[in-house]
Amino acid sequence: MAYDWLKGVADEYDVIVIGSGLGGLTGANVLAKAGHRVLLLEHHYQFGGLATWFTRKGGHIFDISLHGFPVGMVKSCRKYWTREIADSIVQLKDIRFVNPQMDVWTTFTREDYTRVLLEKFALERGAVERFYEHLRGMNFYDSNTETTGEMLERFFPGRSDVKRLLMEPIAYANGSTLDDPAITYGIVFSNFMGSGVYTFRGGSDVLVEKMAAELRRNGVELRKKVLVERILVEDRAGRKVACGIVASGGRVIRAKAVVSNANIKNTVFRLAGAENFSPAYAEAAQAVRINSSSCQVYLGIRKGETIPHIGDLVFTSQSPTFSSAELTDLHTTSRTFSMYYPDTRPGSDRYTVVASINALYGDWSRMSEEEYAREKRRLIDESIAALERYIPGVGAKIDWMEAATPRTIERYTTHFGGTSFGTKFEGLKVSMDLPEQLPGLYHAGSVGIIMSGWLGTINYGVITANKVDRWVCAQRQGRAA
Amino acid sequence: MTNEYCKKVILDIIADIAPDEDLSNVKPDVRLRDQLQLDSMDFLDIVMELRKRHGIEVPEADYTRLASLDSCAEYLTPKFNALAAKS
Ligand SMILES: Cc1cc2nc3c(=O)[nH]c(=O)nc-3n(C[C@H](O)[C@H](O)[C@H](O)COP(=O)(O)OP(=O)(O)OC[C@H]3O[C@@H](n4cnc5c(N)ncnc54)[C@H](O)[C@@H]3O)c2cc1C
Repeated sequence: MAYDWLKGVADEYDVIVIGSGLGGLTGANVLAKAGHRVLLLEHHYQFGGLATWFTRKGGHIFDISLHGFPVGMVKSCRKYWTREIADSIVQLKDIRFVNPQMDVWTTFTREDYTRVLLEKFALERGAVERFYEHLRGMNFYDSNTETTGEMLERFFPGRSDVKRLLMEPIAYANGSTLDDPAITYGIVFSNFMGSGVYTFRGGSDVLVEKMAAELRRNGVELRKKVLVERILVEDRAGRKVACGIVASGGRVIRAKAVVSNANIKNTVFRLAGAENFSPAYAEAAQAVRINSSSCQVYLGIRKGETIPHIGDLVFTSQSPTFSSAELTDLHTTSRTFSMYYPDTRPGSDRYTVVASINALYGDWSRMSEEEYAREKRRLIDESIAALERYIPGVGAKIDWMEAATPRTIERYTTHFGGTSFGTKFEGLKVSMDLPEQLPGLYHAGSVGIIMSGWLGTINYGVITANKVDRWVCAQRQGRAA
Repeated sequence: MTNEYCKKVILDIIADIAPDEDLSNVKPDVRLRDQLQLDSMDFLDIVMELRKRHGIEVPEADYTRLASLDSCAEYLTPKFNALAAKS
């Protein structure tokens, strides 16, 4: 008989969290610290969701989404995790842009970005300051129909080079385009501009291990290799309520609340089922657009070899100008190199390079197996050729190469459309409204562009945990009364 | 329960969620956000701590009532008193 990954798990909890992405992990931790009994179920063989890593022959460790996050992570990790985790967060100093319009190095702080815009792009300080002030003043709840493209044109008319410098990093950070609402740009840009780009020293593996240890200390029951098949829904006094889960294999586990960290569309249509929602809500959920996805190429440098410092995060492109369509095209020449030098994992002497490329799920899902293998090979070859421009001879030092695509992301996370950045803007409302639609069911995971990325999902996990805490406390009081 | 008690409750919570802040001179009539480095996530933490430590529920629509120490006291004192009367 197959091993029972739910062995020893109780039949009832206060809260069940489906999925161990940063949103699910953080929500679980906050709820456990608030005194609730929490069960967390992850279908993959590793916790962390997209905050993940893998090891390969030759002693390589590859990080998937550790390219960088805003300084706000320090505060959030200290409050919702541990001081030790927060203390391992360090700044990445060398962010670089190389394309036909520029070769620029910056620390990505407001001060240094201003320097670059004045010195290299000959803008006046006033114009730059006005732009920052506008972004800082943007409010999430203001209704403003301006798109990012229109906003950039308004502040820097005709300056395709300035727009590229301002837009490219954000497009990589959250998959947003020039056609998305300006607010999705403003919030993320302001977050980063505070004081630059940060990383977790020690690698994703160490971070997730520390988080799992903290969850266990706080009494969370953590299980992997458990796929949740659906959410248990019951009629209570004429109203449908979410009251547990059914795991693959048929095991039913009950709870006062269920938090889904799966993509919002998976949550509504696969886990709960459209029949449990009002037609209007189901229609709104149907209309939510999934954000774009990613390809990555992992290059491992042979033990004993070294490579020079060419920047920490190197945004490269051969395209003459920036366009959102070029960025996600199957044949894009735009890719970001995340350079992992030995200090990523103190005590190690190893180098790895991860090239990230934005991509559309549809381009990859329709390929035959043969075409798929060929296209992955092409991605690898093109990425190495591009890296050779900055590190001549690097090809001969690589002893592991491998590519991932939107299909890979779909397989490991089960996310609709293999999305790496959740949903477009409208997904946030559908996610927030979920518990009003089906009491007891909550969503915490990348949505709406804003609640995406490491910091966005961690904070969204807390926002959701607060609502769950209120609901579970009220349930308890109701029973006592 | 007095207004002073409520202010202390809030300051105790802030001391835990923002340990680097100096709370010795917080002016009761000035918005907390204007004198301390508090963001919207910190206010959410205050709401969660009020529930956890004191069983006080602050609905989302009332979050703005937590703007300053004075407004906190004005809003929370009746809630604390109602709770005390129940038990
Ligand atoms: C290539 C790439 C690079 C990125 N780079 C960065 C970066 O540099 N900086 C940054 O801040 N962000 C980055 N991101 C984005 C960031 O990684 C994500 O926004 C964040 O990690 C998502 O967290 P989440 O909580 O939404 O869920 P996810 O990480 O998507 O996790 C959801 C989890 O739920 C599990 N699950 C789903 N359905 C079920 C089910 N039915 N039963 C059990 N388990 C289930 C999945 O297996 C998964 O583990 C990157 C993303 C990608 C793909």
